[in-house]
Amino acid sequence: MKHLIAALALFAFTSQASALDEAKVKLDDPFKTGIWSYHQKNILGDPENIRFDDRVVVKAPASAEDSLNVPVLVDATAIPDVKRIVLFVDYGPIPKILTYWPENAQPKLAFRFKIDQATPVRAAVETHSGSWHVGHTHIDAAGGGCTVPALAYASDDWEEHLGKVNGSVWPGRGRMRMIVDHPMDTGLAGDIPLFIIEKLQVDDLSGKKLAHIELHEPVNEDPAFTLFFEDGGLSDKVRVHGRDNNGNLVDAIVGSPKTQ
Amino acid sequence: MTDARSGLTRRRAVSLIGTAALALTSSASLAARPKLVYDLMPVQVADGVWMIEGTTEYFTNENGGAIVNCALIETDTGMVIVDTGPSLRYGEALAQIAAQMSVSGVAAIFNTHHHPDHYFGNQVFADKPIYALPGTRTAALRDGDGFSDNMYRLLGDWMRGTEPVPPNQGISSSTVSIGKREFVIYPLEGHTGADLAVLDKKTGTLITGDLAFLDRAPTTPSADLGKWGESIDLLTTVNAAAIIPGHGPFDKTGRSLVQTKDYLEWIEETLQTAAGEGLSMVELMDSTIPKRFVKMGAMPQEFHRSVSHLYPDIERKILPLSSQ
Ligand SMILES: [Zn+2]
Repeated sequence: MKHLIAALALFAFTSQASALDEAKVKLDDPFKTGIWSYHQKNILGDPENIRFDDRVVVKAPASAEDSLNVPVLVDATAIPDVKRIVLFVDYGPIPKILTYWPENAQPKLAFRFKIDQATPVRAAVETHSGSWHVGHTHIDAAGGGCTVPALAYASDDWEEHLGKVNGSVWPGRGRMRMIVDHPMDTGLAGDIPLFIIEKLQVDDLSGKKLAHIELHEPVNEDPAFTLFFEDGGLSDKVRVHGRDNNGNLVDAIVGSPKTQ
Repeated sequence: MTDARSGLTRRRAVSLIGTAALALTSSASLAARPKLVYDLMPVQVADGVWMIEGTTEYFTNENGGAIVNCALIETDTGMVIVDTGPSLRYGEALAQIAAQMSVSGVAAIFNTHHHPDHYFGNQVFADKPIYALPGTRTAALRDGDGFSDNMYRLLGDWMRGTEPVPPNQGISSSTVSIGKREFVIYPLEGHTGADLAVLDKKTGTLITGDLAFLDRAPTTPSADLGKWGESIDLLTTVNAAAIIPGHGPFDKTGRSLVQTKDYLEWIEETLQTAAGEGLSMVELMDSTIPKRFVKMGAMPQEFHRSVSHLYPDIERKILPLSSQ
């Protein structure tokens, strides 16, 4: 963490990365943040085959109204054979937001995250053949999202809600939405230690994997996701399960509005 | 009106009333501008009542945050001002106008609620009675510094020297008399946790604060839509002769109350329907705005802000709790 902050400080004010952090493939970053090639190397593992690609659509409001809940919709359905989508920001104490593995879902995801300052948000899509396609958008922000305590602590009963899931599936519309109650403490606010859900897996009731999400600190308090599926790709009940870094489990059956 | 958490960077042509000079330089950089001046134009709307009308935009460097309506009411002990604008400089401009209108200058201030565009001019009047609902003072003490940070970020040099000064007189009575002029107090809520509407008894002019907007999208950063609707219903029964809404033009027909209620009902219904369909916020923000609301000031940005403010709670209520 300290290493990364130092790196941020170093690169935030330069337009070119030093030779030390020169990526294998040099990309012309339209946002010219100066730190792009550093992330290309360190977050994405310096892939041999990578490019910016308009087919990866990242939609978000131009300005963050609530820095604790910035909505993003990433749509990589125009890219064939997607293995995973890595979401991260250029500027922020913890750049990585989440990685989405759309195993049997569409490579498209809606989520919310905590923004710390104005920054591009990037969606790096890896295909099964190992090529990377990066889409992005810029979000302006007043900031502070990662360094303010979760609101859950304002209420006394947050522990009762921990891991509870509100949600539905709409099989006919190929859509699932879920909100999982969790403070998602980044460890950066005061003395409150890191406390986050690390993984959420969505399966059908026969155990077939539909998709999973690896969550990092910037995912919003009470993570909220919409997952998308092809016609017939979703039955009227799914299981959501996962755990947080303290070993608390999430395990819920999410049904369609009719079956609940 | 708004809590300015967002940093909209819209650069729209300025329409500050009567400020042709500023309008001409609206696209020029801040540094190139010789001086930041609020050219406030009070318009008489009733016997002894003047209104200063703000633009219907969001806060920008061009408008200096002069987006709010203020009222000035003449009394035999001096002018009463309802809401003091977004900055020290704005408060000074108000004081200057009051001094021209009355040899006694300012007698007292009302703050309708604790949003920064309605009370950040208070500093200039700190030695006068500044009336507000007790909840407004509490909220101003709680949120003032946060609002201030954001206002400086959005308005830059317009804010120079501004410090939030909370109201100093809690209202607990149903009327307040200043000199011989009597004001009926409506302690309401819904736009925020404490919203004051004031009726000038002499002329029947109702000053609603942000409980009513006209031709400007209502703002919802601290809103409770249900309570807001009830407050509007109550204000409708007042049968005021005319209304000075919090934002937008003078209202002689009560249209501001009807329109605000209509808009709030549309927002609630739209968000509830979207939650029932599993829409994400980004998809919801792409909703078509009904024709009757499209031309409101600050649209669709204000709708987008409302989605951010209101959707998380609404969808949590609509989406069923899953079995464990
Ligand atoms: Zn307001």
